[in-house]
Amino acid sequence: MNYEDMEFFAPGHRACAGCAAPIIVKWALKIAGPKTIVVNATGCLEVFSTPYPHTSWRLPWIHTAFENAAATASGIDAALKAIGKRDDINIIVFGGDGGTSDIGFQSLSGMAERGHNILYIMYDNEAYMNTGIQRSSSTPFGAWTSTTQVGPSKPLGKEEFKKPIADIMAAHRIPYVATANPAFLPDFKAKIQKALSIKGPKFIHTISSCTTGWRHDPSKTIEIMRLATETGIFPLWEIENGDFSKIRITYMPKQRKPVEEYLKPQGRFRHLFNEPEKIKEIQRMVDEWWARFEVKS
Amino acid sequence: MKISRGATITEPGSTALEETGSWRTFRPVIRYEKCIRCMICWNFCPEPAIEKKEGENYPVANPKLIKMPVPVINYNFCKGCGICVNECPTKAIDFVREEK
Repeated sequence: MNYEDMEFFAPGHRACAGCAAPIIVKWALKIAGPKTIVVNATGCLEVFSTPYPHTSWRLPWIHTAFENAAATASGIDAALKAIGKRDDINIIVFGGDGGTSDIGFQSLSGMAERGHNILYIMYDNEAYMNTGIQRSSSTPFGAWTSTTQVGPSKPLGKEEFKKPIADIMAAHRIPYVATANPAFLPDFKAKIQKALSIKGPKFIHTISSCTTGWRHDPSKTIEIMRLATETGIFPLWEIENGDFSKIRITYMPKQRKPVEEYLKPQGRFRHLFNEPEKIKEIQRMVDEWWARFEVKS
Repeated sequence: MKISRGATITEPGSTALEETGSWRTFRPVIRYEKCIRCMICWNFCPEPAIEKKEGENYPVANPKLIKMPVPVINYNFCKGCGICVNECPTKAIDFVREEK
């Protein structure tokens, strides 16, 4: 059955205007349908969707703490199995990049290793946006955050590279790992659908633009996320059973746009335009990643 | 307010009782005579404040589309982010400043 015309995520939540997280959630739930249990890590999504005494969720939803969303979901999986009702219920975890790459990583890794039948969706807004834009391990190279300030003695912002969380999850040899982008909606929907059809632990890494932390106009949310993929900074791929040699690129840009086009509209990268060699470095890293897949003519 | 045991919330989707339309400074207005009913705005509305409605009573860009559903903005919830304005392929959505 098709649930695309139903809304399992109610309006009236307190997300900033132009937040991408509700777009990700509403589409994931439309694909999953009503027989779904949602587990939420602490983060923007948990805070803005459940301002007590209200909730935006029209499905069973549970939040325990920052670090154990995957452990909570593992418990639900085991409990449903014990009462013999496991077969047709989807368990979906939503975690931000902090709740996934940093704080929740141990329980996520455990969930993957034990082989629980759970879909983990990480919406990656690339910093701790909920508490005031502090850096996370998922913040990209060069980005300004409130804890990677930019000044005369430190012209760069974050000096470290983004943790490749989807690659790390694929290295767990779980059945399905993918990166997805809600701006490419048919691809996004197909990946959720595919993940839910596979038994075992699944991980989807989605980009999620944050108008407040990325410092861009709220109306540009989808446009900027689309540029992230079109410039090659956020490639869309899927890996099954941890087989990196069979990585499948699901969106191949005909001609990759220069990374400046993605960096320029975002205030968090504004200082990089005084350091053109750093932009060249980002471009070089992106080119290196794509070199495997692009045939030189 | 009475707090339930364990602070459980018993009514699903109850944020829909709390309207967020007052957040808006700009109001998106769909000009149906230019709308091709592709529903891209409905796809990307983060609220979701755009609803799918029967389209027969709305003006239409092309008479062939009259049976298709139309997007209708619910101003009780629209926060005025402008994603729909930016993504509309026919530029059929105007963005007008809210006046008192």
